[in-house]
Amino acid sequence: MKIQETSPRLDEHLKVPAMFGSGRGRVVTILLMALLLILPLIAWYAGNKFYLDFSTRIVCLAIAAVSLNLILGFGGMVSFGHAAFVGIGAYAVGIPAYHGYESAWLHFPLAIGSASLFALFTGAISLRTKGVYFIMITMAFAQMAFYFFLSLEEYGGDDGMTLWSRSDFGIINISDGLTFFLLCYGVLALCVYLVFRIVHSRFGMVLRGCNSNEARMKALGYNTYAYRLTAYVISGAMCGLAGALIANLQDYITADTMTWTRSGELMFMVILGGAGSLFGPVFGAGAFLLIEEILSAYTIYWALPFGILLILSVLFVKGGVNGLIQRGWRR
Amino acid sequence: MSEVLLNVTGLRKSFGGVLATDDVALDVRQDEIHAVIGPNGAGKTTLITQLFGEQLPDEGSVFFKGANITKLPTHKRAGIGLARSFQITSVFMGFSVLDNVALAVQAHDGHSFKFWKPAATEIKLRRVAMQALAQVGLDDRASRRAAELSHGERRQLEIAMALATDPVFLLLDEPMAGMGAEESALMVSLLKSLKIGRAILLVEHDMNAVFELADRISVLVYGKIIATGTPGEIRSNAKVREAYLGEA
Repeated sequence: MKIQETSPRLDEHLKVPAMFGSGRGRVVTILLMALLLILPLIAWYAGNKFYLDFSTRIVCLAIAAVSLNLILGFGGMVSFGHAAFVGIGAYAVGIPAYHGYESAWLHFPLAIGSASLFALFTGAISLRTKGVYFIMITMAFAQMAFYFFLSLEEYGGDDGMTLWSRSDFGIINISDGLTFFLLCYGVLALCVYLVFRIVHSRFGMVLRGCNSNEARMKALGYNTYAYRLTAYVISGAMCGLAGALIANLQDYITADTMTWTRSGELMFMVILGGAGSLFGPVFGAGAFLLIEEILSAYTIYWALPFGILLILSVLFVKGGVNGLIQRGWRR
Repeated sequence: MSEVLLNVTGLRKSFGGVLATDDVALDVRQDEIHAVIGPNGAGKTTLITQLFGEQLPDEGSVFFKGANITKLPTHKRAGIGLARSFQITSVFMGFSVLDNVALAVQAHDGHSFKFWKPAATEIKLRRVAMQALAQVGLDDRASRRAAELSHGERRQLEIAMALATDPVFLLLDEPMAGMGAEESALMVSLLKSLKIGRAILLVEHDMNAVFELADRISVLVYGKIIATGTPGEIRSNAKVREAYLGEA
């Protein structure tokens, strides 16, 4: 097609995407993200360490949820095995530490690298399937990883392994709860920003296009498999990073991190928060852990009302927590 | 006579006992609209899916510009100049109209492993996309979401997406489907303007449109082409009248 003069109307169609959205959604999103940073700091200054640890947990799981959202929310790939990446990232900290290698500069690249490799290998196979089969096969791979680590007697087997000291960054000391929280928050901010750049880039348009209509994407000339696999690997890498942080958070590593129920929890965080929205998984992780915490204070059978609540939220709240933030209570 | 761009020989495809494509041979030339008509279930869609590699034929070959592309994967066919629209509207509903077309442009502008720059700020993609929209008369709808368009407008968007890749061969799978008379008339004049410089294979039920647009018509019945010729020849062909037009 010949390129004509730029029409004066072209400018209005060039859009610079806004990370925090617009209008009230923007205000509330910025406010909530600020609260997630400031409230734990206040609690810490007030001498209440519990809330700092609790918030760090929210932030770490939010990173995992953000990574899952990249493929589930934007890419339409319902991975039911994301906990495997968390576990691999965690063992990438635990196993070197067990052998006396405590440098974070080893742990974190190893976590990201091994999770990427696992994603590349399992994704290459899983992405040849669609729909329910994809869900089942990702779950099967995660269960394989679970049983693999469970069988490693050297590294604690089903007892898990204790992390005697946290990863050593040299320049910062994450044994200090506050420093660790700030590190995790920084990583979360970075991951959200990365996903923001990715989903609006050419690659992201292709990824979302595959989600919307894969047959059409192929007809347009896209090798959809290659793009989906790339997204899967990026997501796995990010989730491995979350796993390395979670290992440091718990000071304890167990294969239970990889069970399919954990994968399900991650999925719920994404859906509860709003799949396919940038900050939704962060809100989802926060809401999930808050509700769990509150309910479990009342009853040991907290899982039952929790489940009912989740079902109701999926049925009646379109777009999850993020949807509420964007639209208010209007349906 | 113009150059033959697409050439199909001895194409055969069966599903279980049903022979959906039975020894089909046809060619489409440059600057030509070649229409394929046939009653429901004649195997038109099966034929198309084989031309685009979505299904592989059991026997026979598809040649494009002299090269055998029978087994070429779908996404590679787009790269050598084949484009199609879909019978059932197949656009990206959640995207804006412009984003739909820009994604089509992007498909033919190198690889898309570009993770940083927002695609919506790329003048190169947006400009070509706007031109394709202008060509089908949808430029004033550019920032609407595709889901908000009327049925007819979505059909136009389909064409714009196919055009945006600047194809040499364009396959249109029932572009008039579900359109009112007025919309159809617009589409007919649009399609007329598109055939210069390309080859168009048109699969369509709307006989008025077919006889107005087509340079040649092939009639497909039970997977077999029973006649190929100019609209005049087809109209007077006894076999066609019996098998197809007579029923209408």
